Amino acid sequence: MKSKVKLEVGRGPAFQDLILKLSRFWADRDCVLQQPYDLEVGAGTMHPETFLRVLGKAPYRVAYVQPSRRPADGRYGDNPNRLYKHTQFQVVLKPSPADIQDLYLASLEAIGIYLRDHDLRFEEDNWESPTLGAWGIGWQVLLDGLEITQFTYFQQCGGLDLDPVSVELTYGLERIAAFLQGVESVYDLRWSADRTYGEIRLPEERQFSAYSFDESDAKAIRGEFELYEKEAKRLLDGFASAKGDRRERYPLLAAYDLCLKCSHAFNLLDARGVISTTERTALMGRVRGLACLTAQKYVEQATGEVAETTSEAAP
Amino acid sequence: MKKAAKKGRDATAELLFEIGCEEIPAGMLPRAESELRALLERYLSAESLAPQVNLEVYSTPRRLVGAATGLLRTQPDSTKEILGPPRSVAYDSVGAPTRAAVSFAEKQGVALNALELAVTAKGEYLMVRQVTPGRPAPEILRQVLPRVIGDLAWPRSMTWTSCDGPRFIRPIRWILAVFDGKPLRFEFGGLTSGNLTRGHRFCGSAAIPVRGFREYESKLARNAVLLRPERRAAKISKELAAAAKRLGCTTHRDPELLAQVTYLNEFPTVITGDFDAAYLSLPAEILITVMRGHQKYFALEKKNGELAPHFLAVINLPGDPKGQVRAGHERVLRARFADARFFWQADQKCRLADYLPRLERVTYESRLGSFRDKVERVREIARRLAEQWAALGLTQAGVADADRAAELAKCDLATEMVRELPELQGVVGGLYAQAQGESNEVAGAIYDQYRPVGLDDPIPRNLTGCTLAVADKLDSVVGCFAVGIVPTGSSDPFALRRAAQGIVKILLERKLALSLSQAVATARAALAKSLPRLNLSESRDAHILEFILDRARYFFREKLGFAYDEVNAVLRAGADDLADAHRRVEALHAVRKSRNFEPLATSFKRVRKILEKAPAADKGQPIRPDGFSLEAERELFAAVRRTSAKVRDAKRAGKYSEALEVIAGLRKSVDRFFEEVMVMAEEEAARRNRLALLAELLGEFSTIADFSELGGEEARGAVV
Repeated sequence: MKSKVKLEVGRGPAFQDLILKLSRFWADRDCVLQQPYDLEVGAGTMHPETFLRVLGKAPYRVAYVQPSRRPADGRYGDNPNRLYKHTQFQVVLKPSPADIQDLYLASLEAIGIYLRDHDLRFEEDNWESPTLGAWGIGWQVLLDGLEITQFTYFQQCGGLDLDPVSVELTYGLERIAAFLQGVESVYDLRWSADRTYGEIRLPEERQFSAYSFDESDAKAIRGEFELYEKEAKRLLDGFASAKGDRRERYPLLAAYDLCLKCSHAFNLLDARGVISTTERTALMGRVRGLACLTAQKYVEQATGEVAETTSEAAP
Repeated sequence: MKKAAKKGRDATAELLFEIGCEEIPAGMLPRAESELRALLERYLSAESLAPQVNLEVYSTPRRLVGAATGLLRTQPDSTKEILGPPRSVAYDSVGAPTRAAVSFAEKQGVALNALELAVTAKGEYLMVRQVTPGRPAPEILRQVLPRVIGDLAWPRSMTWTSCDGPRFIRPIRWILAVFDGKPLRFEFGGLTSGNLTRGHRFCGSAAIPVRGFREYESKLARNAVLLRPERRAAKISKELAAAAKRLGCTTHRDPELLAQVTYLNEFPTVITGDFDAAYLSLPAEILITVMRGHQKYFALEKKNGELAPHFLAVINLPGDPKGQVRAGHERVLRARFADARFFWQADQKCRLADYLPRLERVTYESRLGSFRDKVERVREIARRLAEQWAALGLTQAGVADADRAAELAKCDLATEMVRELPELQGVVGGLYAQAQGESNEVAGAIYDQYRPVGLDDPIPRNLTGCTLAVADKLDSVVGCFAVGIVPTGSSDPFALRRAAQGIVKILLERKLALSLSQAVATARAALAKSLPRLNLSESRDAHILEFILDRARYFFREKLGFAYDEVNAVLRAGADDLADAHRRVEALHAVRKSRNFEPLATSFKRVRKILEKAPAADKGQPIRPDGFSLEAERELFAAVRRTSAKVRDAKRAGKYSEALEVIAGLRKSVDRFFEEVMVMAEEEAARRNRLALLAELLGEFSTIADFSELGGEEARGAVV
């Protein structure tokens, strides 16, 4: 006798299968599959595989998952849609291919979104990151009213005009998974066949929300900000005198890491509510200063030419 | 068929031109349409391709389209007339061509017998007609159309290949160009134009060949693209109305949103969705803002005006047979409403006043301090205004209410709800105040504090709201002027023009007496107290008052419909109290039509001129009643004295029309005076006495309106 076991299979791919499918899709389209950056970042754009790779002329295609920490967005795990740390799937194509919209739409089909059955639209949304001196033109992609992707033609990064222009696709994985699985709360998502998102991530959300809002020591974090900034500046200042071999291996990547640490420290201070609007602008300007200097020197190091900066800030 | 082509061939041909793009922002399309029209008209007429061009332009998110009929297939030949030597030099005495004529013909490359004579004002000259044959239209269009694309100006363009690559609002992915049924090939930004268009992204073909506009439009319709915006708008409106009717509701009127969705979709279809009626416990303002702002849904109202638990979404598909789209939209809205409810509850875990300290961290303007600082200033100004109005007998003017409203006014800036829905600032504060038991007067004042936001927007509903709004706007204008933020041209980042306009509208519509100069001084004093280090000078007040008066003039003319010279006449007679100026201009406007008025105004103008020209030594003397020698003088003097007593009484009673009618009664005496009396008499005493009489006449009767401003082109041409 065959025993009939009815398996409770929910609809839509598990969270991890979504990652696998997108990875497969973009790997098949000549993307390097990278790993998440091993520092706290607020968005996939801050990963050096985006921030630095879009600079200069060399073509590149890359895709990776990037857990993105936004301390002010934490909700102690109480809110079904808002997270301290959400997961982005980031794709950067340099130069931007002419059929990029079709490629993107094909990636949606690949994860099981049948476009003729859905209201999919590209609505104006020009992305900018004031801390990175980066901005671009593009859309938020809405699927039946749900924002699932930020689609951006990079115009500037680190204050430098980009040539060629890269296109950046940032998929919001939790939202897409919730849509495909038809669940109302991110914590009810199936991560794997037998584990939910909540089982895996809820404690992290609760603890990091508590840290960001209640337990962090703002004074100590301010101190960290200053230290990281000082160290980054020291490195960036030293580049000019580095010659020959030393110049080639000069650690601008380390300076960039320090810039990312400053950015995260800033986010923590912001979540703690200890920054006034004026100071906010000033601190963001300091992080941007580091990011822009790093970008310029990175191009100099790679090409031996001094990068041309434009004063055109993101409007 | 061949025969038809031969016989029926129209003398003119059609151009169809489509720029195919990745999704263009909806808000930019209407302007892009008119710009495309202007560019095509300019280029086609510059090339003389159309004696009578008939041009249509349309757009969808993915295309900008121009179609022109009545174009010539070939440009007309153009003739240039080139003048040579005069006839007298070109021919000798027997009429044979001279060396000059021969070399002119050679130089122009024509035979001698092609030379003509042109008669000019200076005499007869040799002339050559040089005819440039017209070029074929396709050749010209291939050059012109890429220029049209390049010349289209956008608020913010982009590159998508490289820095030197093409620039446009979004990447261009195809170009359709067809003339007279045949494709026009040209290059732009790495693309080659041709006769192919594309249908709807998901419901149409990606390569549709077309030969002309009518075929194009009907093929697009078959491929789920409605080309004409008006057709899309009509489809949406019809379906909105039908859906609302099915639900027994009406659609919340929202023309702006309708325009937006018209340009967001190539094939708009309205679908209905529901939400949990439990959310109706949240204020309608919040629900509507969430639906419209984020999701672009239309809200529905029940017969009694309350919000219904449904929404209408406009989707870019012919339908939603499986209901999947509806389910998706409902799910998103649920999450949004859940957030809003979370903010509503979380924000109210503490009282509105508890947010005051947090305003210290919200900068208003770097030099003007935080919103906490602004709140203190606005309180001070609002209290003073309320005191004044209470003293004038406005019993509703509660100083305590004004103070409380001002204290709480900006607290919502620190709430989660306003951080999420910034367009609801003020409204959210008002709703929280209401929910927390503040009086209707105070809650309503907070709710309305940013009103009026335009010429047609209503002013705050109650006096406390008007007080708060005037105080807040005064602080903004006086503060910004103090640190040099003065609106210029289109740059007005703190919306000071709107603020000044708001002050004017509130004072006039609510008929509130207020000395503007005192109010500005009050605001300046509050600023000095709040920011002692700021360098404040009284001399700037005049500049600020002029700025506010400018808006007042505009309001009197554009909104209230008074004539230019009436407004100037009244404001010259006193502009410090706008409500009073309003009553005066109304009276002036009414009395102006009466028989005696315009002639009297002309006489006043004459009086002013005489007084201006008179030597200083002759002026400023008191009238000597016994110094008049002529009957006409005595009559005018008596009339002035008699009339001024009446005018003063009428003015004191606020009866400006009556006062003006009494003044108009002076006409006879004034006319007689000018007929019989020589003002600038030889004899000094008589002259000075007459000037004194005229000075009194002008002074006494120009306090309601300066009649010498009335009429004449001079007044009309004045710069405002």
